[in-house]
Amino acid sequence: MVGSEPASGTSPNTDGLTGRQFHGSFLIPPRLKVFCMKQLANVAELAEQVPDGALLAIPPDYSYVPMELIRALVRRGVRDLHVLAVPISGMAADLLIGAGCVRVMEAAAVSLGEAGLAPRFTAAVQDGSLTMRDSTCPAIHSALQASEKGVPFMPLGGIIGSDIVKYRNDWQVVDDPLGQGNGKILLLPAIKPDVAIIHAPLADRFGNVWVGKRHELFTIAHAAHATLATVERVQDANLTEDPVMAAGTIPALYFGGLAVVPGGAKPLGLGPDYGIDMDHIRAYAAEASSQDGFDAYLKREILQGNAEAAS
Amino acid sequence: MSDAYSEEEFLICAVRRLLPARGNGAIGAASPIPGSAALLQRELTGGAFTVSMIHGTTNNPFTDGGRELFDCAGQGRVDVFFLGGVQIDGSANLNLVGTGEYPSLDRRFPGSFGSAYMYFTVPNVILFRPEHSRRVFVDQVDFISAPGTSPDDVRRPGGPRALVTGLCIMSFDRARGRFRLDSVHPGHGVEEVRDNTGFDFDLADEVAVTPEPDPAHLDILRARIGREVAGTYPDFAARVLGFQAEAGG
Repeated sequence: MVGSEPASGTSPNTDGLTGRQFHGSFLIPPRLKVFCMKQLANVAELAEQVPDGALLAIPPDYSYVPMELIRALVRRGVRDLHVLAVPISGMAADLLIGAGCVRVMEAAAVSLGEAGLAPRFTAAVQDGSLTMRDSTCPAIHSALQASEKGVPFMPLGGIIGSDIVKYRNDWQVVDDPLGQGNGKILLLPAIKPDVAIIHAPLADRFGNVWVGKRHELFTIAHAAHATLATVERVQDANLTEDPVMAAGTIPALYFGGLAVVPGGAKPLGLGPDYGIDMDHIRAYAAEASSQDGFDAYLKREILQGNAEAAS
Repeated sequence: MSDAYSEEEFLICAVRRLLPARGNGAIGAASPIPGSAALLQRELTGGAFTVSMIHGTTNNPFTDGGRELFDCAGQGRVDVFFLGGVQIDGSANLNLVGTGEYPSLDRRFPGSFGSAYMYFTVPNVILFRPEHSRRVFVDQVDFISAPGTSPDDVRRPGGPRALVTGLCIMSFDRARGRFRLDSVHPGHGVEEVRDNTGFDFDLADEVAVTPEPDPAHLDILRARIGREVAGTYPDFAARVLGFQAEAGG
């Protein structure tokens, strides 16, 4: 399944609604219309909406990562991704890198946390096959906030003197242009992901998606051209009409596709629904320490595990 | 070390002594020992010292996503933070990226996380690195994730205060840009510190022996802190503090 044909119907590089240019050349289906249940996709269809070469934003491992969609991207054989971790990643990035889907990784860090180094990321940087754009957490958050606001760049304190700045030719240190007494300040260009992907506990029948207090997912959705979501379940209600739920709800207008995938964040955790499976992560860390080991994991857990996870 | 406590417990208590009696401590990625120290200090100060575990399912007060910690720090709402490094040099420059020549490096590590920002914004950054060797404490880091000091034309309310290792505690003089050896842990000596440090440092007028943990503090640590730290570091809570989370926790 890896290496299968990419999504079809992806020739124009502008959005039919607004005519805006995208980062890659592809078309995201019109999304500014009310979702209803009959438009739910399956996870393979969502994966087809991520074109080769896309700037793809993914949440950190502790914040609602759509792991089944990640696996579907591997199965679809997506190539040349520029993966943006918001602001760090682990298992999700390591799977995509090990499966050969990533050309550029942009992150403040890639690690399996208590399970140690992310093995395929580490190997790919060391052998030069992966281009790593090192960043730092608040720089990624701020650059996405620039896109949220539709402004071209964002200033950020600190960081000056870090070698990160030296190797980021898209960043610029300037004298405080408004003379507010801050001396030099760093400017970061806005980051506008082509596609963001998230998993969430709940959506409603209008396509509103509830993520609770995981507000980095709001930032990602606001900043990206379109967001694809997998959810545990769909409720026959309107989440935006309930003030308690609305505070944690991303409105449907940001989404380009939605699929119901119970357990879609596993082996990572999903807030109160289920915890991270550390035994799985540790076993992965050991097995994926070689490319052969990773390939065995890939075959067993992703390419052959397809039927079990399909919704 | 003594039979009465583990090395981790000793370090937790040593870090705890460096914390202020009130203020707000934040705990980032991969910091179970500093996290336990901060939670112990919260317990001992009756909550006057507060703790925010930014990746935790518990002890995580933030409700506005990953950026909130950094926005808080930028405003001066975080008083204490902890950082480590693959390499740390005598100017307190930190390297969390890797060793060798960037970008391919000989050994790649996870990355800088938020260090390049927190080091500038948090007034009391405590550096923590149990491995005290010339591999870690180098004359000059291979990659500066976050610089120890900054020129006058860069606004910098924050920076390093102290360094805690498996051998000793040093303080950092920001004006001089140099570390000073304050205390050496029981069973270790000044020459051992020197032999295992790749940079030059100053000596306190009288280099002390780092105090051993107070048994009452060890009791609190084992009885109450394991549960608190498990929401962020379940493996550590189980291994070091004997706390087993329920399945799925």
